[in-house]
Amino acid sequence: MIKNISNLGDAAVYCDFGNDVNKEINSKVINYFQSLKDSKFEGITNLTPSYNKLIVSFDLSITNFEKTKKIIENLEIKKNYSISKKKIQIPVCCEEEYALDIKKLEKKLNKPTDEILETFFSKEYFCYMTGFIAGMPFLGDIDKNLHAKRLETPRVKVPKGSIGLTEQFCNIYTFESPGGWNIIGNTPLNVFDSLNEDNPNLINPGDTVSFIKINKEKYKNYNE
Amino acid sequence: MSENFFKVIRAGINTTFQDLGRNNLNHIGIPISGVMDKRNYILANKILKNGTSHPIIEFAYQGPRLVYHGEPLNISVSGDVKFKIFKNKNEIEGKCYETITLEDHDEIDLISTNKSVYGYLAIGADLNIDYQWKSCSINTKANIGSNSGKKIQDNQKIEVSKIKELSRRRLDHINSKIENIRVIKGTNFHYFSKESQVKFFKKEYSVTKLTDRMGMRLEGERLDNIINTNIKSEGLVKGVIQIPADGNPIIMLADHGTIGGYPKIATVISADFDKLSQLIPGSKIKFKEVNLKDAETIFKLYEMETNNIISKIL
Repeated sequence: MIKNISNLGDAAVYCDFGNDVNKEINSKVINYFQSLKDSKFEGITNLTPSYNKLIVSFDLSITNFEKTKKIIENLEIKKNYSISKKKIQIPVCCEEEYALDIKKLEKKLNKPTDEILETFFSKEYFCYMTGFIAGMPFLGDIDKNLHAKRLETPRVKVPKGSIGLTEQFCNIYTFESPGGWNIIGNTPLNVFDSLNEDNPNLINPGDTVSFIKINKEKYKNYNE
Repeated sequence: MSENFFKVIRAGINTTFQDLGRNNLNHIGIPISGVMDKRNYILANKILKNGTSHPIIEFAYQGPRLVYHGEPLNISVSGDVKFKIFKNKNEIEGKCYETITLEDHDEIDLISTNKSVYGYLAIGADLNIDYQWKSCSINTKANIGSNSGKKIQDNQKIEVSKIKELSRRRLDHINSKIENIRVIKGTNFHYFSKESQVKFFKKEYSVTKLTDRMGMRLEGERLDNIINTNIKSEGLVKGVIQIPADGNPIIMLADHGTIGGYPKIATVISADFDKLSQLIPGSKIKFKEVNLKDAETIFKLYEMETNNIISKIL
């Protein structure tokens, strides 16, 4: 199942599941992630799943690469691990003050704003992974007519709640952070809650997200 | 019941509560955080006989000035720190790596770290602060940890309780510096031209001012990527050296993003994290390649050395 296992530095195992990004490969990554997480092996300090890779970090005072690699190779994988499969609706306001890069996207994609947004809102998106910043979901796949590269110069500050697009993916900035994705709108919904320690992320890998367009008035009144 | 607390007169530049950080949260986007220089964290706490994950006050460049109110308590300072203690009208030059007893109305002024970045103030009492995911470590970018995830502020109070007995302990210790950062080749090493692969281990790099608890940006001769300046976003670990399109290395540190999309040229070995974190902007470094077996041995030796230093506390 894992194509290649190597070391990432002296305190992590790098598991490569292949070069492609699709649900099938991603579900293998998630199966390994869940199985390791539930097994609670001593010395493993972090598991970082992504589209097609899984990084297993360990405490070098307790274990090492060879031992951790053996654990992963001998791991019993429960088929069809029951991952999160929630359907979540995210309200988004795309009026000019929130759609920071829509004008640039019109040029990059050679399409009017209405068409870009209509295409974007017409689909459901799968959550492949969360991370970079706390709770940020990496969602896909967006329509191939909307694929655009990252900004040439990333923003130093992307506002909290921003919805960004790049290549086949979209994401939500859970709080203000640097970033280079093309921003098309903003959600008033809190996607990460650090006070909820058991379940701080609204969106988890395996969930399906649909975006609902709202107007400015609804956006402003959302949290009242 | 009497109240014992510090009042912050001046917070300093980047003063936070830290411990060993929080594990097993990378998958939701939360990095480990925790102290930048683990050896100095351990030493300051050991001098006070504090537990192995006791919270500490970490500061960068300029530390805080604090006034203490309450029953006598011991503190210790570690790192390479210039500081003063004020008792009544007397000014006393501070010494790192020894117990200092503070009494009601005494002040401590952590003036600066000398040719290093981080210093530590350990307190011989429990700190009345919040924990998130079993750690007090403050991550200011995500506002996670004690103090509502924010840096320690001017005029705030730091309450303490369960003051430890006032024993006297000290240690002779001098922090050594490094110029060679030892690394293991990364998963995308082959993304770079043969010439750049050689350059990476031969040329000097300087630490830039764009360095904080998240990462260290370096500047040097540009490294040429011949395959792709982006990879599919994937997990990161502390010590990973990413090379973005501009060709200059960025080393991931304690508060790093958990996922990144730039090629990984190499990873710093665990034994060099403490000293790497202490490099000030302008420092010149070179990367030196080691293999995994060597890195593991060097780490064991580094741990033995730390234990050896601890055993010399008198």
